[in-house]
Amino acid sequence: MFYRSLFPRDLFAELDRLQRSIEQALDLSPSIRGSFRGGFPALNVGTTPQAVEIYAFAPGIDPAKLDVEIEKGVLTIAGERSSSLPTDDEKATVHMAERFAGRFRRVITLPDDVDTQAVSAKYRHGVLHIHVPRKEAAMPRRISIE
Amino acid sequence: MTTALEKTSANASQAASREEAAALLPPVDVVENAAGITLFADLPGVPKEKLVVEVEGDTLTIAGEVQLDLPAGIESQHAEVSLPRYRRAFTLSKELDREKISAEFNHGVLKLIIPKVAFAQPRKIGIRIE
Repeated sequence: MFYRSLFPRDLFAELDRLQRSIEQALDLSPSIRGSFRGGFPALNVGTTPQAVEIYAFAPGIDPAKLDVEIEKGVLTIAGERSSSLPTDDEKATVHMAERFAGRFRRVITLPDDVDTQAVSAKYRHGVLHIHVPRKEAAMPRRISIE
Repeated sequence: MTTALEKTSANASQAASREEAAALLPPVDVVENAAGITLFADLPGVPKEKLVVEVEGDTLTIAGEVQLDLPAGIESQHAEVSLPRYRRAFTLSKELDREKISAEFNHGVLKLIIPKVAFAQPRKIGIRIE
């Protein structure tokens, strides 16, 4: 039970909620997969002329339990993160529980010009880095003039 | 007058350098039991050598810098982790033993164990003669 005070205890969480509500209200045609923010793992996506680089911030996961799949131009990152909170200790008090626990699944649409056969992924310092190279034909080329 | 002003500006710059730039708040779990407090913090992308855990007075500060091996010429399309550093501070209460904090850092998760002071322990009080 959480008794809400006149002045919210966690002001930033309240502001974040307000911002999300405003975004939802103003965005008349949002993405079919909804708002990106707030999911686990957090995703950063960047592109270079040669590849698409995806960084999934998924700390504390056994890499063997991370599942990366590409099907029909859609990349899926799935897995499970176990909770660090005690379940059997009766004398334990949980003061803060903000970290994500449980099963997760996130989906990213890839551009058409990528080579899904040459995707590589590595897990380092709790970040899953997925490298999706573009097809040879899509890479920038310099054309020599005769 | 000028010295006082210089002193204030020096203090301000010192405070600014300690506060540094904007940082992300890492999510934490804090659990207490009879032995002490255990804190878990998510700091993905931070290598061990860029993690700072320090206690100054009553304040415990956790900070870390994100290092991703970004290829040259990368352009960001979408960023949910929008700043390359984390920082969060907590105020410790007096029954927690600052000297015996132990830390583990694995796959971007920091685990801090802060034991409680053993009050039963006999303490020797030094007497200074002036």
